[in-house]
Amino acid sequence: MSERSFPAEWRRRTPRQSLAIWTLWFGLVALTVWCWQVMNENTIWAFVADAPRQAADIGSRMMPPRWSYLPELLWPLWDTINIATLGTILGVILAVPVAFLAARNTTPSLLFLRPAALFLIVASRSINSLIWALLLVAIMGPGLLAGVIAIGLRSIGFIGKLLYEAIEEVDAAAVEAVTATGASRAQILEYGIVPQVLPAFWGITVFRWDINIRESAILGLVGAGGLGLKLQGSLNVLAWPQVTMIMLVILATVVLSEWVSANVRSAII
Amino acid sequence: MSERDYPLTWKRPPQILTHRGWRWGLQIGFAIWLVLALSTLDPNWTRIADGWERGMRFVYGFIQPNFSSRWRDISNGLVESLTMTLTSTVAGIVISVPIGIGAARNVGPAWIYYICRSIIAMSRALQEIIVAIFFVAMFGFGPFAGFLTLTFATIGFLSKLLAEDIEDIDEAQAEAIRATGASWWQVIGYAIQPQVMPRLIGLSLYRLDINFRESAVIGIVGAGGIGATLNTAIDRYEYDSAGAILLIIILLVMIAEYGSSYLRRFLQ
Repeated sequence: MSERSFPAEWRRRTPRQSLAIWTLWFGLVALTVWCWQVMNENTIWAFVADAPRQAADIGSRMMPPRWSYLPELLWPLWDTINIATLGTILGVILAVPVAFLAARNTTPSLLFLRPAALFLIVASRSINSLIWALLLVAIMGPGLLAGVIAIGLRSIGFIGKLLYEAIEEVDAAAVEAVTATGASRAQILEYGIVPQVLPAFWGITVFRWDINIRESAILGLVGAGGLGLKLQGSLNVLAWPQVTMIMLVILATVVLSEWVSANVRSAII
Repeated sequence: MSERDYPLTWKRPPQILTHRGWRWGLQIGFAIWLVLALSTLDPNWTRIADGWERGMRFVYGFIQPNFSSRWRDISNGLVESLTMTLTSTVAGIVISVPIGIGAARNVGPAWIYYICRSIIAMSRALQEIIVAIFFVAMFGFGPFAGFLTLTFATIGFLSKLLAEDIEDIDEAQAEAIRATGASWWQVIGYAIQPQVMPRLIGLSLYRLDINFRESAVIGIVGAGGIGATLNTAIDRYEYDSAGAILLIIILLVMIAEYGSSYLRRFLQ
């Protein structure tokens, strides 16, 4: 027998493929190292070296949490939950029409309204609720209302995106059956599409509500009321035991809301 | 013919809450809560009326953004944000791959599983902003604190999804590799890695996108990046610069989103 026409050891990729993949990896590593250097041009490494001591210092100041502060936190907690829930409701009210305009099978105009609705969804999604709150507090003054509107504006993108995807995935046969009975456009929506997306809609809403609870807890940092306002106040006067207490309350709320949302979603879907 | 025993119009039965008592109870409870919650809102109408003119100026700033007068600050912030995004995503991936493998039920022993799961739970429970506050207090102002924050947040996100993905793999393939007498490392390399790699790349790209968005936020508490620039612009009431920054963020997020969805389709 002459030469072997197969390699002694099996490999997943041809040499050319592995070379391409290694070049890609090398490029990524080089880019990362370069970014690291650009980023740390102004970093003062003495502060970084000092960090463990700082951490130990803050840690010792934070313990134990100040339990007597808890009653003062109940009212901000109620505010936080209200901001999240009212904001979710506002977001839903604004997002539903946007989602129907953005979905390919329900939009009245593919050329104008759909791109506009998609831009609205992307714009709302790319700006965090904290930035919305920063703007709104500057415009209308500190308070719960700014927080509610900030949460609502941020929720449009999330609910709108997931909802329009759900609308595009509806079973066309059901819609056609309703159309065949001579239903009007509104009736097609009500009897053909809405029943199919309703479970998804509730799931998305509860999911967003859960995220909104997390976000509304910190909105107060920029003046939009709730627990974050207390956090900001305690941080400003360096009252670390109070900070620990607030963080425990936030943690408990977040865990509880996640539990509620997971249960509701598994009950619906 | 006597009375009709069927209705003339058909009414769709309720889909989710089928019990009448529950439906009424929930609706009444919701109405009571709504009244209570709305009464605590207490909007200050005179302040809002004052702010209206400022709000219109912001809208004008958004329509006629001013990129030039603060361009130095904006470009510095952007460079910080982008470098922070990339380095923290890469560092996050490097750390979260071993944690993700450890947190998968079907790969490691139980004690490693519990350690890795508790790391994930801790990273997911703390919001970026709160982590950023602590890192800024420890490491000083600037993008290094932001880098650490985003890395910390990336670990929780990526490890959890990676672990779930590893738990969902096709066991038959792992079994087949094991049957050839492969070591643990070879099982990871030839049975698990090829199955989860496309999704890991997809998740990493998604996280890159999220990290950029978050880098715009953590600057508000002093962790560097475009968020710090934005915060300054709003504090100075320079709404035209703020509008320009927001437009840049939206544009970059759009590019990242379309780019990553294109790349994911290309890779799969």
